[in-house]
Amino acid sequence: MIVRGHERVMVQGITGRQATYWTARMQECGTRITAGVSPRKAGIIHCGVPVFGSVREAAEGAPPDVSVLFVPPMSVKPAALDAVAAGVPKLVILTEHVPVQDAMHVIAAAREAGTEMVGPNTAGLVTPGESSVGFMPAFDPSIFRPGRVGVVSRSGSLGTLACLNIVRAGLGQSAFIGIGGDPVLGTRTRAALEVLERDDRTEAVVLIGEIGGDMEEDAAGYVLEMSKPVVAFVAGRASPPDRRMGHAGAIFQGDRGSYASKRQALEGAGAVVLDTPSGIGPALASMEESDGIR
Amino acid sequence: MNIPEHAAKALLEDAGIPVPAGIVADSPQGAARAAARLGPVMVKAQIPAGGRGKSGGVQPASTPAEAHAVARSLLGSRISRHRVTGVLVEERVPVAQELYAAVLNHPAGPARRVVLSERGGVDIEETARTDPGSIRTLDLDPRTGLRPEAARRLVARAGVDAAAPAVADALLRMARLHRDSDAQLLEINPLALTDAGGVVALDCKLVIDGAAAARRQSLAAVAAPEPLTELERAARELGLQFVELGGEVGVLANGAGLTMTTMDVIVHLGGRPANFLEIGGDAYTKARPALEIVLAQPGLRSLVVNFCGAFARTDVMVDGLTEAWTELQPDVPAFFTIDGTGAAEARRMLEERLGLEPYPTMDQAITAAVRAAQQDAA
Repeated sequence: MIVRGHERVMVQGITGRQATYWTARMQECGTRITAGVSPRKAGIIHCGVPVFGSVREAAEGAPPDVSVLFVPPMSVKPAALDAVAAGVPKLVILTEHVPVQDAMHVIAAAREAGTEMVGPNTAGLVTPGESSVGFMPAFDPSIFRPGRVGVVSRSGSLGTLACLNIVRAGLGQSAFIGIGGDPVLGTRTRAALEVLERDDRTEAVVLIGEIGGDMEEDAAGYVLEMSKPVVAFVAGRASPPDRRMGHAGAIFQGDRGSYASKRQALEGAGAVVLDTPSGIGPALASMEESDGIR
Repeated sequence: MNIPEHAAKALLEDAGIPVPAGIVADSPQGAARAAARLGPVMVKAQIPAGGRGKSGGVQPASTPAEAHAVARSLLGSRISRHRVTGVLVEERVPVAQELYAAVLNHPAGPARRVVLSERGGVDIEETARTDPGSIRTLDLDPRTGLRPEAARRLVARAGVDAAAPAVADALLRMARLHRDSDAQLLEINPLALTDAGGVVALDCKLVIDGAAAARRQSLAAVAAPEPLTELERAARELGLQFVELGGEVGVLANGAGLTMTTMDVIVHLGGRPANFLEIGGDAYTKARPALEIVLAQPGLRSLVVNFCGAFARTDVMVDGLTEAWTELQPDVPAFFTIDGTGAAEARRMLEERLGLEPYPTMDQAITAAVRAAQQDAA
């Protein structure tokens, strides 16, 4: 899923402390925030936009193109189902610690309704110069600037580092897609790669993976078919097996899920896999010389 | 959250799935008393790890004296990373056939997946490799449960004949328990068929989604404690994700992805990370306790502070960190990189309060930290 500057964005849970801070940051980036939702504070104006009691109410005037959820874990399911039922086409779920069964329920409902979804536990989406939905530092020109590199990342912090390295190499991003750090996600690595392969503005792809799960192995099957070059970094090479490293997804599952398995799959598919994120810039710059990435 | 076998079996019994009669004992005497009541028994170490049977954690005992001896050898011993503090003494059940049955979360669907194999037992992983056709799966719409029709069709493919109704019934009950307990995995291996055409759950592995702990408090209360070091436990109580790794270069970073990467690059550049500790997500305001935890590690020779703020504001993290640093006056050299949300303010604070300048890149900071650790060692 890629966000565009013309798209109208709704913030669910807008009156919370973090949502208030990040709504202002998103607005700085030019994001068209048009409404907020807060069941207990319906009727007020917050961050310069009207606040409604539910997405359904808010959507009666003009349904938003994107809804971003800043709501507590146990409220994610009803809030997301509210957005899906109201016909919101794109859903960004930032919340961490959402019960897996709730996430699965929401994903099933979203698919049935034709709603695209990223998250849970994503840092969000950025299209530099157009829109930022979530809590990536899109307002910082040393990290985000318009360009031709598409980025897919499970992690927000590491995604930020990848984007920093892209800008340091004199390049910029066509889109950042944070897919999220949870084991069960609305958009998996492979689906995000498909979006960037289809995107006309994207000429090369940076893939930031992590140990645990099989998303990178699964995505490698698609990397093989892609016309665009893929540079990858997979975090967790030095992590001991069987220890939970913060993300529920980062648990070894048999052979699949290990660093070696992911690296082998991606390299086998023709991706350049790096030992440190600092290699991202130079790897892209060398492609730039041969392929003309800007 | 891992639910110990004996507690998981109590849940199975409540859900209407037969289990052998069993008694938990924490002493050899207790095990002997249990065996005196139950007759010939199995004595099973209560640890949350697979491969228990293969590592001697499950042993038969025909008499109370044997149960006493087995329990004495098991209690207090270590199996993988776990210390055995209890044994389950369980009646021995005559078995006609061993099945494998599970309900688990399948991320690629995503779906709740029901798994059934007529070739259950300790070699199920081997069976999965050599005879994948005998492992039958059924993916459920996450919004609905397992329907009786679907359960019957799945069981029919497994060829268990007379026991088919009992197996189908057990699967339905397992699917409900999996949903109602927010389980990630509910595995019964083996699900034994009895001579009378019934089923009995001889072992049970139940893993609950930690994110659901708030609404599954009774389950959280019986979950097996994780085998943590003292410092790891202290960190957990402060709400910090911290893992001791035994190296010399301490790590303080935000976000699991960036923290793992910091460890990876330390190793790549010839060092050994002392720990994993991330203060991203909701923990980004906890820089001070985080620093105290890292510094408390014996053998620490240098520290990498790697902040790349997205949600986690680097100004907030550096504010807490520099305040704590000034107070604690640690004699460990620290090497910073700071980028992302709040970075300008964070760099200014670091300069003003500690007179330190962050390194321009992560690799430069880590190179310096690894060198400092090696010099200190020499």
